[in-house]
Amino acid sequence: MTSIFGFVFYIVSFLAVYVQVFLLVTFFENRKKIIIRKDAITLHEYPTVTIIVPCYNEEKTVLNTIDSLLELDYPKDKLQIIVVDNASKDTTWEVLQNLASNPQIKILQETKIGKHNALNKGLENTQTEFVGCLDADSTVHPESLKRIISYFVNADTMAVAPSIVVRNPKNILQYAQRAEYDMAHYNKKMLAFLGGIHVTPGPFSIFRKTVFEKIGIYRKAHHTEDQEIALRMQKNGLKIDHCPDAYVYTGSPNSIPKLYRQRVRWIYGFIRNAFDYRELFFRPKYGTIGIFTLPSGIISITGTIFLLFFSFSRLYEYVAKKVIESQAVGFHIVGDNLFSFNAFFLSTKAFVFISIILYILVVIGLLNGRKMIYGREKYTSWDIPVFLVLYSILAPIWLLKAVYNAITSHEASWSDERDYLIENKV
Amino acid sequence: METDIQKNLKKNDWFKYIVVFIITLGLFATAGGLSNFFTNKKIQTMRDIQDKLSTDILSSETQFALLSELSCSQNDGQENLSDELSDMAQKIEYSESNFKTNETATELKRYYTILEIKDYLLMKKINERCGKKRSSILYFYTTAENCTECTKQGFVLTELRKKYPDLRVYSFDYNLELSALHALLKIYKIEDTKLPALIVDEKKITGFNSIEDIEKLLPKSMNTKAIPKTKVTQ
Repeated sequence: MTSIFGFVFYIVSFLAVYVQVFLLVTFFENRKKIIIRKDAITLHEYPTVTIIVPCYNEEKTVLNTIDSLLELDYPKDKLQIIVVDNASKDTTWEVLQNLASNPQIKILQETKIGKHNALNKGLENTQTEFVGCLDADSTVHPESLKRIISYFVNADTMAVAPSIVVRNPKNILQYAQRAEYDMAHYNKKMLAFLGGIHVTPGPFSIFRKTVFEKIGIYRKAHHTEDQEIALRMQKNGLKIDHCPDAYVYTGSPNSIPKLYRQRVRWIYGFIRNAFDYRELFFRPKYGTIGIFTLPSGIISITGTIFLLFFSFSRLYEYVAKKVIESQAVGFHIVGDNLFSFNAFFLSTKAFVFISIILYILVVIGLLNGRKMIYGREKYTSWDIPVFLVLYSILAPIWLLKAVYNAITSHEASWSDERDYLIENKV
Repeated sequence: METDIQKNLKKNDWFKYIVVFIITLGLFATAGGLSNFFTNKKIQTMRDIQDKLSTDILSSETQFALLSELSCSQNDGQENLSDELSDMAQKIEYSESNFKTNETATELKRYYTILEIKDYLLMKKINERCGKKRSSILYFYTTAENCTECTKQGFVLTELRKKYPDLRVYSFDYNLELSALHALLKIYKIEDTKLPALIVDEKKITGFNSIEDIEKLLPKSMNTKAIPKTKVTQ
């Protein structure tokens, strides 16, 4: 390892370990405050709620989504559903007509493409005390709305994010995402304790309607309006909480190209939004978001990309050595050191142990998240090593692409992503 | 208006940021400590091998002195040393590239170099007195600069060692601060501009030399062993 690489490695890994330790300390401080309710609850009062469902080419999934909303355990007269078709190219609009007779459901059309436009159309038509949205590829647990609403007992709480769970994982990639989402629950809950949540996810985050009156409606925000609104709330000192037992089941990309496109969009959005809200960075008056959340996001992006270059440099060194060897004595495919394992030659450099510590901290976070969501019964599983290995390889690639796009201002849009998926039948 | 987030941050969090910093430092110190611990274990392993080598060479010398007037046909005790020397060479090479900051690695290398020279001298004596013809190669390389030719030469020598089990290969780092080595460099007139350099049975060749080049200088009668289709590390 050259000295510059070594230096950067230690800085980046120190910050990464710091972030993980910070979350873990937060966990130990607050773990008794994490509430998971298994049974149905009854609220003292049921405020009125509107759920906006924006759709773009969702003919196959939208009815499931609406059904799950209709099955929410919540008084029918207090729950309004607004479905907004955002100029779909498929038969979404026709499919939606089946719902027209239901008095709980309002069907609208928004011709201006863009999820933020669809959401704002819904907001214009919202008169209830609370409003949320649900992506048309997601479904909700019947208890989730009540559980979320219960968090608004605190008058300062202005929005509550749910726990997003991967729905019916089928292949390795989806299992890996399940593990990733479980880690995200942990991160999100810890950020909630710290008051530093940076995204109110599209699937089923619920807001007080007054939020939009105070800080304005959704913006285009680099196709990640759910990040932008959260940052805008943070900037205005509006509290966001997380309800770990409000489960939302979401479809997850089942192939690498799909996952790649989704992640490029998310991370691109994060970088651009973080840049737009750069004034939050390191400003104590904005709280955790600027001191911890945004910097740690930047650290994880830098760290992962560094890991890629680091791995490449090691690979390059190895290949270069092989080339020299083959020039000297000819090419042998199988090395005999493959068979004669000798512990002496295992690396015992500090960076190896630091990497191990970092991985252990990540796994502890993941297990905490999993325990938070499912209880102990699904505590460990083979998907954790799969997640660690797969994401170590894939994440640097989409991160690099997202960073490249962010620098060159190449937007990756929500509708483009879906058009691509349909055209390529992936 | 101050939100409770901000109040919270002002009240507690700076303290927490510092505590977490200290914990993180602790974890890094632990990583450093573990690294040190295992590196020291490796160094201990190398010391053990060297001690054994040293005893073996001393034993050979003593045996040779005792039996000098008797028949040369007796086992001179040197047969088994080749493997130990090459095992040690591998570990020295590894420690050079892996514990760069470690003085101990250099110290071990000095000791190893002396052992090599001693073994070389003993072998020469046995050859002279008993009329044996055991071939040897002295290999001089540099670590002061990036010497690709040296790396290549190293691979060639590993291969040769494998092909001729009786062949003794002694490798010397030109840049090592050691008076015995300086004497050796002087005797064979090794210059740092002409590295890698080889002394194959007293004949000097410089620059990169392939297996075939070196074989030409070795006696035809040398026992060979078929090279298995595997790679050998230096």
